[in-house]
Amino acid sequence: MTGLRGVLILGFPVAVILAFWLLARWERRRSNDPQTPSFVADNGWPVAVFLVAAVSFWALVMVVLPQLYMVDFSFHPKLPSSQRGGPRDVYTLENYQYFLFGSTRSTANWNVTHITAFWLTIIVSMGITALNFLICYPLAYFMAQVGSGSQVRKLMLLLIIPYWVNELLRAFAFNILFGTSGVLNVILVKAGVIGSPIDFIGQDVALYSGLTYAYLLVMMFPLYNALESLDHNQIEAARDLGAPWWHIHLNVVMPYAKPGIASGCTLVFMLCAGALAAPLVLGGPKTLWFTPIVYDRFYQAFNWNQGSAYAIVLLLTCILFVMIVMRVFRVSLSEITR
Amino acid sequence: MSARTVQRLMMGFYFVLFFGFLFGPLLVMAVTAVNTSQYPQVLPFEGFTLDWFTILLEDRNVVEGIRNSVLIGIFVVLLSVPLGLAGALVMTQIYVRARSLYYLVVVSPVLTPGVIIGISTVIFWRDVADSIGSESVYNGLFLATLGQSTFISAYCMLIFLSRLQRFDQSQREAALDLGATHTQVFFHILLPFLKPAIFSAAVIAFLSSFENYNTTTFAILADKTLTTVLAGRVRQGTTPAISALAVLIIAVTLAGAVLYEVLRRIEQRREEGRARAAAVAERAELAGEVAPSAA
Amino acid sequence: MSADVELDDVSVRFGSFLAVDRASLKIAGGEFFSILGPSGCGKTTLLRTISGFLQPSQGRVRIGGQDMAGLGANRRPTALIFQNLALFPLMTVADNIGYGLRVRRVPRAERRRRVDALLQLVALPDQGDKLVSELSGGQKQRVAIARALAVEPQVLLLDEPLSALDLRLRQHMRAELRAIQKRVGITFIYITHDQGEALTMSDRIAVMNRGVIEQVGPGRAVYDDPATAFVASFVGENNRFEGTVVETREGHAVVETSVGRLAGRRRNGLAVGDRALVFVRPEALRVVSDGTSAPISCELASSAFEGNATHLFARSDQGEPIVVTLSRRDDAGAMSPGQKLALDYAAHDGLVLPVGGHD
Repeated sequence: MTGLRGVLILGFPVAVILAFWLLARWERRRSNDPQTPSFVADNGWPVAVFLVAAVSFWALVMVVLPQLYMVDFSFHPKLPSSQRGGPRDVYTLENYQYFLFGSTRSTANWNVTHITAFWLTIIVSMGITALNFLICYPLAYFMAQVGSGSQVRKLMLLLIIPYWVNELLRAFAFNILFGTSGVLNVILVKAGVIGSPIDFIGQDVALYSGLTYAYLLVMMFPLYNALESLDHNQIEAARDLGAPWWHIHLNVVMPYAKPGIASGCTLVFMLCAGALAAPLVLGGPKTLWFTPIVYDRFYQAFNWNQGSAYAIVLLLTCILFVMIVMRVFRVSLSEITR
Repeated sequence: MSARTVQRLMMGFYFVLFFGFLFGPLLVMAVTAVNTSQYPQVLPFEGFTLDWFTILLEDRNVVEGIRNSVLIGIFVVLLSVPLGLAGALVMTQIYVRARSLYYLVVVSPVLTPGVIIGISTVIFWRDVADSIGSESVYNGLFLATLGQSTFISAYCMLIFLSRLQRFDQSQREAALDLGATHTQVFFHILLPFLKPAIFSAAVIAFLSSFENYNTTTFAILADKTLTTVLAGRVRQGTTPAISALAVLIIAVTLAGAVLYEVLRRIEQRREEGRARAAAVAERAELAGEVAPSAA
Repeated sequence: MSADVELDDVSVRFGSFLAVDRASLKIAGGEFFSILGPSGCGKTTLLRTISGFLQPSQGRVRIGGQDMAGLGANRRPTALIFQNLALFPLMTVADNIGYGLRVRRVPRAERRRRVDALLQLVALPDQGDKLVSELSGGQKQRVAIARALAVEPQVLLLDEPLSALDLRLRQHMRAELRAIQKRVGITFIYITHDQGEALTMSDRIAVMNRGVIEQVGPGRAVYDDPATAFVASFVGENNRFEGTVVETREGHAVVETSVGRLAGRRRNGLAVGDRALVFVRPEALRVVSDGTSAPISCELASSAFEGNATHLFARSDQGEPIVVTLSRRDDAGAMSPGQKLALDYAAHDGLVLPVGGHD
């Protein structure tokens, strides 16, 4: 086994389990309470073993270790497997260098394409998130506060049906809609609104609409859940006091629904920034979107180390976004996840 | 017109736009699925045909993709449901200080972009395969299952957690008091209680796995699933066979949803029947027709 | 097969909170024993300690002479009937009752036989195939009892089982439980906050308050001869007067209170000058027509005719409340509010206790 990595694979899970066990025993001794039973006693041996094994495998082997590996990988140069672990396998920043400067050797020119793609992705994702929120909010509010029970159920069903279709197919449908000989163009030309078909796809309009469409439901559910628990009397009271409707929404409803808004925005942003299907299907030849670029690093340039570095950049951005949202909205992690 | 009516009209307009936006693309696709035109389009509508559906099923790649998707889906269910269950049970028992850290770790895959999970899974197991010198681990189906299960287990865990919250601990105690071992309590009392959650988790796991693209496209290596076949096709510019596929998927899911609703109604009616029987018994009791004395 | 239960200086602590404070009890095999006390007094904690869900922080629990330390609930010869019954909702009545037998791997035929016998015992024949959700409250009770008896425990523990039931049903079930206990012959330990229940059903009662067992004894002893002020007030209605001891005699004391000098029995330990409480039961007070030498004068505030008894609610000259209960026979006729009353009682019907606790 390649030395350091070998130690990581074997030692890490064992170390973590041991740490937990010791901490649990220390905690029990501290609380001085004969009532807290031991984990094994409370579950019986077979189940206890199952629980520990399953959770360790999941948390460590499936979640944490691969991420650590990817981070590690991004700091190594691309080498054929025979040379891994050998003298050329050193820690280096060259992959990140490539992202910024387009070359692993010089820092003379900026890697305009990739950097632009990155920032464009981030900014457009934020825009799409905001647009998504504006589109969904009225309906979510209606369903949560105004609509009757049966109305809401029907609406819910209507909302869910489109999402049973695979995201690729949904993107594809947009392709049909927005293509040069697609429905929209045909109608517009026939109606005489425009002279010749607009290249919606090349102009990225198709992509952005497709992305907005794709994640409407993801914004809708957290919003709806948050708004549903709002006591309608508060709104009534505000209205009685003479507040206009936009004031009520800004100052009574939205602050209350903060966790739901944060949740929806976070999820939509992450899905947008990490979107692969829609850009692939709806992207034109000059479309810049970050995740397909990551994909290309793997399957076009076959440089997995670079691909990892790019993936790490994406991951860090997402983490940063989540943290900013959590800070700005003052919500905790558990409030964000469904 | 009063302000109220204006508001109503605006709401109505908004609804129409919203749901038009939502369903429009699907209707478009449904139409193209039956249009004889060679290229998927709605207008001009050249003729009605069902040929695209048969062409679809004769396509070997599509069939293989479906086969792999179903296989992976089943494996994902078999892996994620137990992992999710274990995760939920540990969450309820882990000592308080570690709880947030634990939650962060197991829920993080839900927030992580799918591509990252796919990439990291492949890189990690590539190295494991090298280290133990066996290529069998480095297999598309295996890696796709693992990668998808990483976050699908979290979905399952959330489902189990919410069901567990409603579990009456005194039932555990009653079983213990009657002499059951903890293992017996788990199998006789806890699992039966969780059965609805196990079912929901399995369904959600399968559906999430089936329609997943971002993670799968990295983890599947050289194999195909339905989604990767679709992606390939859609990029190349396609035939309406793809639309036919979409329509099929919708039809199947709709049928499933209707079935689920029917089953639910039946069960609900049975529950109501039982509650009525209990109410009748209560009234009889209160009216003094208590059962003859035991002694 | 029944066993005796012995609690030897048992204390149960949760963190810094002492739920049970040095409880010692000796419950004989086959006894119907009640633990009576207000909510929060620790009786449920005590019960759970006997059944094995809690471990004593100090002291020992012995059942049938055997120390239960380290034995979990599933290994003790006890069965617990929970306050919410805790029946298994996904199993039929028969499966519920037979569960204890199932985990002991009793073969199916034998199980069915015993379940049927138990269904007969609790008067629920032919209900075996129903689900729990189809039963009434009283029927669920019986299933819980049958389920507990199925495992043939040596001690049956009952945690306020009747509190959720309708009044008339409760009274019927009290008789049933007593009958079942006599028939099966095992030790019953019964928890309740309802002193009427405890008095009618039990062989002996332990009165508990704030984690401490204040008195143990048969119903009459606890009623007629309370050991502490708490027991005197909690079990049955009681009038209570506070004052200072002015005279002590063999077995008696006289206390100067706000309503005058009151006499009563006393247990040892009171000296002249001590603060004391005098307790007189409402049924011990008589209304006397001769006004001058009566020890207590008061004014009637209201009265309640209850059929077999009349309750008079009066106030002393200092405003202290006094309750008098007259049996139908002694009731001289309706009285009007504002009427002046003179009350008297036999000295040995009064009880003098030190302020704040045990003697």
